[in-house]
Amino acid sequence: MPIISYREALNAALREEMQRDETVFLMGEEVGHYQGAYKVSQGLLEEFSERRVVDTPIAELGFSGVGVGAAMVGLRPVIEFMSFNFSLVAIDQIINHAAKMYQMSAGQFHIPMVFRGPSGPAVQVGAQHSQSFESYYCYVPGLKVVCPSTPADAKGLLKTAIRDDNPVVFMESELLYNSTGEVPEGEHLVPFGKAEIKRAGKEVTLIAWSKMVEVVLEAATELEALGIDAEVLDPRSLRPLDIDSMVESVKKTGRCVIVEVGWSMCGLGAEIAFQLQRECLDYLDAPVERVTSDDVPMPYAKNLEQEVMPQVKDIVAAVKHVLYLD
Amino acid sequence: MLAGAMSSRADIRIEPDTPENLEATTEEELLPLYKTMLSIRRLEEASAKAYSVGKIGGFLHLAIGQEAVCTGAVAALRPEDYITSTYREHGHIYARGVSARAILAEMWGKKTGVVKGLGGSMHMFSKEHNFLGGHGIVGGHVPIAVGAAFKAKYHGEKRVSAVFFGDGSATIGGFAEGLALAALWKLPVVFICENNQYSMGTPLYRTTAAPDITQRALAHDMDRDRFDGDDVIKVKRRIALAVERARETNRPTLIEVRTYRFRGHSMSDPGLYRTREEVAEWKKGDPLVRAKRRLIEELGVDEEKIKAIAAEVKDEIADAVRFADTSPASDSYLPYVIKE
Repeated sequence: MPIISYREALNAALREEMQRDETVFLMGEEVGHYQGAYKVSQGLLEEFSERRVVDTPIAELGFSGVGVGAAMVGLRPVIEFMSFNFSLVAIDQIINHAAKMYQMSAGQFHIPMVFRGPSGPAVQVGAQHSQSFESYYCYVPGLKVVCPSTPADAKGLLKTAIRDDNPVVFMESELLYNSTGEVPEGEHLVPFGKAEIKRAGKEVTLIAWSKMVEVVLEAATELEALGIDAEVLDPRSLRPLDIDSMVESVKKTGRCVIVEVGWSMCGLGAEIAFQLQRECLDYLDAPVERVTSDDVPMPYAKNLEQEVMPQVKDIVAAVKHVLYLD
Repeated sequence: MLAGAMSSRADIRIEPDTPENLEATTEEELLPLYKTMLSIRRLEEASAKAYSVGKIGGFLHLAIGQEAVCTGAVAALRPEDYITSTYREHGHIYARGVSARAILAEMWGKKTGVVKGLGGSMHMFSKEHNFLGGHGIVGGHVPIAVGAAFKAKYHGEKRVSAVFFGDGSATIGGFAEGLALAALWKLPVVFICENNQYSMGTPLYRTTAAPDITQRALAHDMDRDRFDGDDVIKVKRRIALAVERARETNRPTLIEVRTYRFRGHSMSDPGLYRTREEVAEWKKGDPLVRAKRRLIEELGVDEEKIKAIAAEVKDEIADAVRFADTSPASDSYLPYVIKE
């Protein structure tokens, strides 16, 4: 199996789906002539022309709305946000329009559409470019939310997203664009709502998605050296959420730590913890623990940024806590 | 190619004294339009009555006084053209061909409503009629209409997308960005501002320094037109010019039709921000009165014929009210959240 980067995997998914279905088009800032702000759309303009790889002015609300309208009448838009921080100026289209149309029209108009782009902290890009908004979108019925953590998932989940008949919020991690891994060539679809066990273990369940999966796996290796056997689970899609797999894992281990790069207050981990306590209270040997970013706007200085984000040492400490080893 | 080179500067602006007589008409043309306007008015009067006794809930925004705009504009479009509207859309969807029964049953929250009681007064859709809503977020629907035009051009269809919005939309980003993208990409959109002089209770002069809404077209090298919406034939003719320009050349147009709603913004609005004299003055330009006068005085239509039409309309709306009253309640909200 070829080893390619997360970025190349996304590019392959876009290329293959555009080849497969003439109604799929890509629209966003710098996606065409510039070849993508993060080069995810490299080469697509040459292959598919300006008709299907559409550069936009800086008008996220406008071009997201154009996507919603085009989706209503039969196209399959892929809308790229240069950063999900900018999705906030288009959130009216995502939440008030895309997520509502199927219901408001009693099934007459559905929205087969993908909103995609990098999300979460990058490297020293400051308070306005480092946020994670998955819980905003997970909150809304009518949307699907996906956060791939590997190149193979990036490809397989994006292809699934483009073929989905609903609006999908597809959040990539800028920090993962250069990460590499084995990715199947051609048809490779990863279903939504199916978590993956990244590492099997018996003593504690660690739940994480996107970039945090890497950090958690590193923590699991460190825990192994301490004689602690951790299971790592990546839900991959956050809505739908594969709570069954999490419940199964926690029933086995009796302990759980949820790691997310977003803030704690109203973060998705809070919802997962709620569902876990409801489903497996009698199996839990300790309260579910969470590791999140600190409750502050992201500072610029490198040392401070590191301090704010969940680190391996924070995860190790949380695991020790649920094992009553601290 | 969507991203094309800009053409030469355009400022097509048709003044009311254009030499061509755009208002000439015939009985065959005007009579059905008069009937449509009358049905819309009676339908809205029936809904106001139903609202006052609690048969309709939520918000109810009436367009009584504005009937010539939706009726004339829809008459200028072809069935394959797309229409997108605001929450004040009863007239647009009726003029498009959706029955009074389906519209009233929707407001009543019934299963037989045009969207099965899931949308209500503000959110009506009909795919069969290429009617893309019924939207409750001011200006948010404007780029959606531009998206429908994007698809028409994408597939090389000779299809126009018409979008209605109020003067209150002229200040919000969705409108500004939708206008900019349609102009930039040369998309077949006709932007129709139904300027009823008030964004809710705030008059135009207090919401914008440039009360000629069509000035916004100049920023985008876009064609524009501006006129009064008292005469349904004039509305139809003037909008038809923009529609056919869009169809043949993909050039969008921004149109402002000056009109007036005789009632408040919604049913809870007593309209204390305007004087009785002002309302009375505008009522002199009632499009229904004007159309009726033209039929009788200019076209020599027998008054009995007009009375017969009024009786037909009365029956149509009474039947729709009965239908809404006796229809089963809406019964499920689950099937349309996520498409499987």
